Amino acid sequence: MTVRLQTEPLDPEVEVRTFRGRLDESGALVTFTGLMRGQDGIREISRMTLEHYPGMTEASLMAIEKEALERWPLDDCLIIHRIGEIMPGEPILLVAIAARHRQQAFKAAEFLIDWLKTKAPFWKYEEDSDGGRWVGARSQDDKLAKRWD
Amino acid sequence: MQLLYFAWVRQSIGTGSEQKKLPENVTNVAGVIDWLRHEGEGYAEAFRDVDQIKFAVNQIFVSLEAPVKDSDEVAFFPPVTGG
Repeated sequence: MTVRLQTEPLDPEVEVRTFRGRLDESGALVTFTGLMRGQDGIREISRMTLEHYPGMTEASLMAIEKEALERWPLDDCLIIHRIGEIMPGEPILLVAIAARHRQQAFKAAEFLIDWLKTKAPFWKYEEDSDGGRWVGARSQDDKLAKRWD
Repeated sequence: MQLLYFAWVRQSIGTGSEQKKLPENVTNVAGVIDWLRHEGEGYAEAFRDVDQIKFAVNQIFVSLEAPVKDSDEVAFFPPVTGG
């Protein structure tokens, strides 16, 4: 089980290969990579900065991981989240779940991402040619997270 | 009390963390907000609409009624937007 925050660029392919190397009896490996969008439908976003709450963010991610392990029989789990400055197209988040069977792995991956987006203290600040703004929370994310209550 | 502010709450108040003595008559998170609102313009701006703010006591999400004491770490921030 691994939870990591990093300011350095994240290479999902390298991380997943390493993760796969430590698996033994798993029959399913589900991965999700969240990427920084270069535009939000109206504007071209030039840069994003991810702020977090040192201590609480790590603890929240570990608590979410623990909850997933209690709900599904998982073999292993990896969560890596970027912090600091991020450029368009760069990976922000990697979640990898290994389980005996795919159903548990798919469900646990969705659960982890839904809870992470609504319960882990991260805040996105976007910048474009007009200046910067804090990204607002999406009600759709709250709705998705409520499925797991 | 250790006070922490994040994202636009931090920008409005002008600092990310500060130590303040908790007034004796303040016993919960709602009380802390009412107290801080009178600490200056930036605080008034940050706490204008409590519905837009989340709070944590000792790094646990809590409600407005949650009790607080002077030795607590209390954080104020907007709804989270990670992932």
